Amino acid sequence: MNIIVCIKQVPNTTDVRIDPVTNTLIRDGVESVINPFDAYAIEEAVRIKERCGGKVTAITMGPPQAENALKEAIGLGCDEGVLVSDRKFAGSDTWATSYTLACAIEKLETYDVILTGKQASDGDTAQVGPGISTHLDIPQVTYVKKIVEINDKAAKVERMTEEGYDVVETPLPCLFTVVKEINTPRMPSLKGMMRAKSAKITKWTAADLDADPAALGLDGSPTRVVKIFTPEARKGGEMISGSAGEVSKELAELLKGEVV
Amino acid sequence: MDYLLTEQQTMIRDLARKIAVEKIKPVAAQYDESEEFAWPIMKTLAESDLFGIYIPEAYGGLGGGIMDMCLVTEELSRACGGIALGYAGTALGTLPILLHGSEEQKKKYLPDIASGKRLAAFCLTEAEAGSDAANMKTTARKEGDKYILNGTKQWITNAGEAEIYTVIALTDKSRGVRGASAFIVEKGTKGMEFGKKEKKMGIRASATREVIFTDCEVPAANLISKEGMGFIVALKTLDTSRPGVAAQAVGIAQGALDCALDYSRTRVQFGAPISSFQAIQHMLADMGTQVEAARALAYAVARLVDSGAKSVSKESAMAKLFASDVAMKVAVDAVQIMGGYGYMRDYPVEKFMRDAKITQIYEGTNQIQRNVIASNMIKETLKK
Amino acid sequence: MASIKVHLEKCTGCTLCVKACAFGAIHMSDRKAVIDMAKCTLCGSCVAACKFSAIEIEKAGGPKKDLSAYKDVWVFCEQKKGVIQSISFELLGEGRKLADKLGVKLCAVLLGHGMEDAAEALGERGADKVYLVDHPALKSYQDDPYTAVMVKLVEEFKPEVILCGASTIGRSLISRVAIKTNAGLTADCTGLDIDAKERLLLQTRPAFGGNIMATIIAPNHRPQMATVRHKVMQPAPVQPGRAAEIISKAYPEETFASRTRLLDIVEELTSTVNISEADIIVAGGRGMGSKENFALLEELAKVLGGAVGASRSAVDADWIPYSHQVGQTGKTVVPKLYIACGISGQIQHLIGMQSSKTIVAINKDPDAQIFKVATYGIVGDVNEIVPALTKEFKRVLNK
Repeated sequence: MNIIVCIKQVPNTTDVRIDPVTNTLIRDGVESVINPFDAYAIEEAVRIKERCGGKVTAITMGPPQAENALKEAIGLGCDEGVLVSDRKFAGSDTWATSYTLACAIEKLETYDVILTGKQASDGDTAQVGPGISTHLDIPQVTYVKKIVEINDKAAKVERMTEEGYDVVETPLPCLFTVVKEINTPRMPSLKGMMRAKSAKITKWTAADLDADPAALGLDGSPTRVVKIFTPEARKGGEMISGSAGEVSKELAELLKGEVV
Repeated sequence: MDYLLTEQQTMIRDLARKIAVEKIKPVAAQYDESEEFAWPIMKTLAESDLFGIYIPEAYGGLGGGIMDMCLVTEELSRACGGIALGYAGTALGTLPILLHGSEEQKKKYLPDIASGKRLAAFCLTEAEAGSDAANMKTTARKEGDKYILNGTKQWITNAGEAEIYTVIALTDKSRGVRGASAFIVEKGTKGMEFGKKEKKMGIRASATREVIFTDCEVPAANLISKEGMGFIVALKTLDTSRPGVAAQAVGIAQGALDCALDYSRTRVQFGAPISSFQAIQHMLADMGTQVEAARALAYAVARLVDSGAKSVSKESAMAKLFASDVAMKVAVDAVQIMGGYGYMRDYPVEKFMRDAKITQIYEGTNQIQRNVIASNMIKETLKK
Repeated sequence: MASIKVHLEKCTGCTLCVKACAFGAIHMSDRKAVIDMAKCTLCGSCVAACKFSAIEIEKAGGPKKDLSAYKDVWVFCEQKKGVIQSISFELLGEGRKLADKLGVKLCAVLLGHGMEDAAEALGERGADKVYLVDHPALKSYQDDPYTAVMVKLVEEFKPEVILCGASTIGRSLISRVAIKTNAGLTADCTGLDIDAKERLLLQTRPAFGGNIMATIIAPNHRPQMATVRHKVMQPAPVQPGRAAEIISKAYPEETFASRTRLLDIVEELTSTVNISEADIIVAGGRGMGSKENFALLEELAKVLGGAVGASRSAVDADWIPYSHQVGQTGKTVVPKLYIACGISGQIQHLIGMQSSKTIVAINKDPDAQIFKVATYGIVGDVNEIVPALTKEFKRVLNK
């Protein structure tokens, strides 16, 4: 079975601090990591491979240093990595990003399953996964929390909803976006890390893809940022002190309006 | 301090640190409380290939040495000395096979240990044979192609959880220590039982039990080296493993120091963080210096062991002695810096203090280490 | 290919662009901005930040299209088991304002089976028209038929704006529709407005981890699509008797074909209220100390009629299931009242709850980050204060 996992390199938010004066993010020294949601996709891809056999190809679109994310993915059990990187992709919104990734996936020989995290932690849009499946014209199941059954032809999965979950059957190839509940990602293995160190990452530029140049990067992106501003910082309010009984009384009084 | 680790060692240390921070730290207090053996963590260590780092590649390992084992033990101990012991105890149980086992024995047992599929344990101590190991009572009687083991080993780390046991027993009582031999006994062998789990002061996530042999039949092929070599196997094993205890102690000390340092920066008294007070600063400075000195000695000895040096008894005893005394002192001071908070179980330093104590006791008490060091020093002067 | 350049004669060296760049791609050299092309992602933050129009992004983007055929503001009204979800009313409330500013009609789009009465009722929530597509295949959400029907409706009626809930259904559906119709789509908007002159939807959303807001437009594409999270907008008031024009559409059977098959819908009953829906959330973190102490929060939540939330560390310690996790890797919540107990307030947690109307923080560490966003802060032991609060609210609420 050919399994593809689409990942994104994002700033590690556990490192992100806020400049108390300007109230903006301090990005200096912030390390880049695999989008936390994509870690579940990688783990699930490796588990499908362990169940059904086959190969896992990790693919990412990003700057040259995103190669590290692919190596990390190989350390976690992926077999190959494909980096899609070109200045021409700069400024891509979710439309252009999903188009580019779809073009790259089509360049790979065949695929049965495509996995992505439910969203990226830096953009939070949850649009790229469905975008890829639409460009490829394959079915999708989003917010997958369990792959119940899977074989070469079809899969039965559970899709998380606000109230519980749906049980959905789909033919393959299909794209799944996965949620945290689907698994606990394993730690990297030393042997995997060593394999990753020497692994050769396939690198594709825009010219390598059978893509419409007008649909790439900023030119191919319908949306555009026109204004950036820092929201008014929420200010710390009133501190209440006293014994547990005293503070409770005071707080109950202050919150009367909120709780009835 | 930069210890000029190799690229592979840096990778090993970083991975062990990642596991310690992400997997062990969040559950350390819980395992300390429940006194359960941390199987999920052992599984993680296994999947990460860490059990195999000091085992040759020919047997499924990564071909590193004691230095690599120390790096992992230290990082894991920084989060929990008890959980780290499941790992370090396996190394201790493996060393007799690694150092003295036959090719067949290595082929049979090391791959499963390297993959983390099976844990190991080392059985030396008995009720009446602690520091005085020569006073052991466990016997191994040869009958045809079998040895029949009888006796009880006490306070065995990983007992009950491990599947591969290296056991020292007397094959010839009349010859005293020269009559001891080493055996590999697999869990499940008829006549091998485990006593109840001990309730300990610290390292409570580790399993400590008696291992009881009652007419336990072990194939003769499981004899390590030759009859009568048991004590040499044991001493060589301990000489090789002591840097590991030192590394565990360094990890515990570092863990306690990390907590104290963090706390001192955020704890405000008299309108200032307590880290701005010289009394605290001097304590922190001493703690930091001691930990670094202990680490430097532990690493130096681990590297000496890996270099294939012939005699490392004195040096490995020094590393174990110094690092464990530092661990105890630093952990006590960390509790002191944190005051009442330090004494509460809500914070991890009291656990570091309880965990530190064992490093001064096991694998030879620090009094025995001093004996070893002094007798070696005296022997060296005689040679001159 | 698009490119970015600095007009040196306009650049004053004020460094606003340096601060605005989330990628560290701009530095000053000789008091002029220099852009490191290896790091620049053409996100446009610097262009937006520059007060002197000194930075310009040139986009190839072909001739300006004639977009005049596109009219009206649409709201995709999500239904489950035939019940219109409350997010739809919130979108109709917001959609009404946008439609009025554009001087166009507000239209609801309803897909389902046996939904005639519900369609009628949308008029009372401010819809001028309701596009209703009724088919058994639309009874429950499925990606293929929903996408196909939406695309057909968009192609035929050409809306100017489509709003959709940022729910599991909404996000899955609208992403597909946007690709198919070549439209711009902005996720999780917290503010929507209209540039009446350019007829642009101004979509404001948190960017780069939540502490910067970005306003996004889709100047040359229609429809302009946006998703909005539940409880961000005010629901449209009910206007009894107000009627909408119902436009029922039928399509050939193949439009409703689905490659996936929905086998079952399972509702998991939880003891507490769904945190995304709750008006009051009592949340706990590592500072609660133990699973047993976490039960104290449940008692308080019960008295207040709220739900129990948790920080990631509490979930990681197995004190409460993941479905209760608030924050970046959990849920974003916007309750009226958020009581944070023993939560230190790491940025990942704050991102998920800082839009709550009133925030109460109880923590023994006076320097905890959580106090920086709290309306009311109490320094003390949660295990004493929470039971005391429960008792006090019981008294106040006569429970």
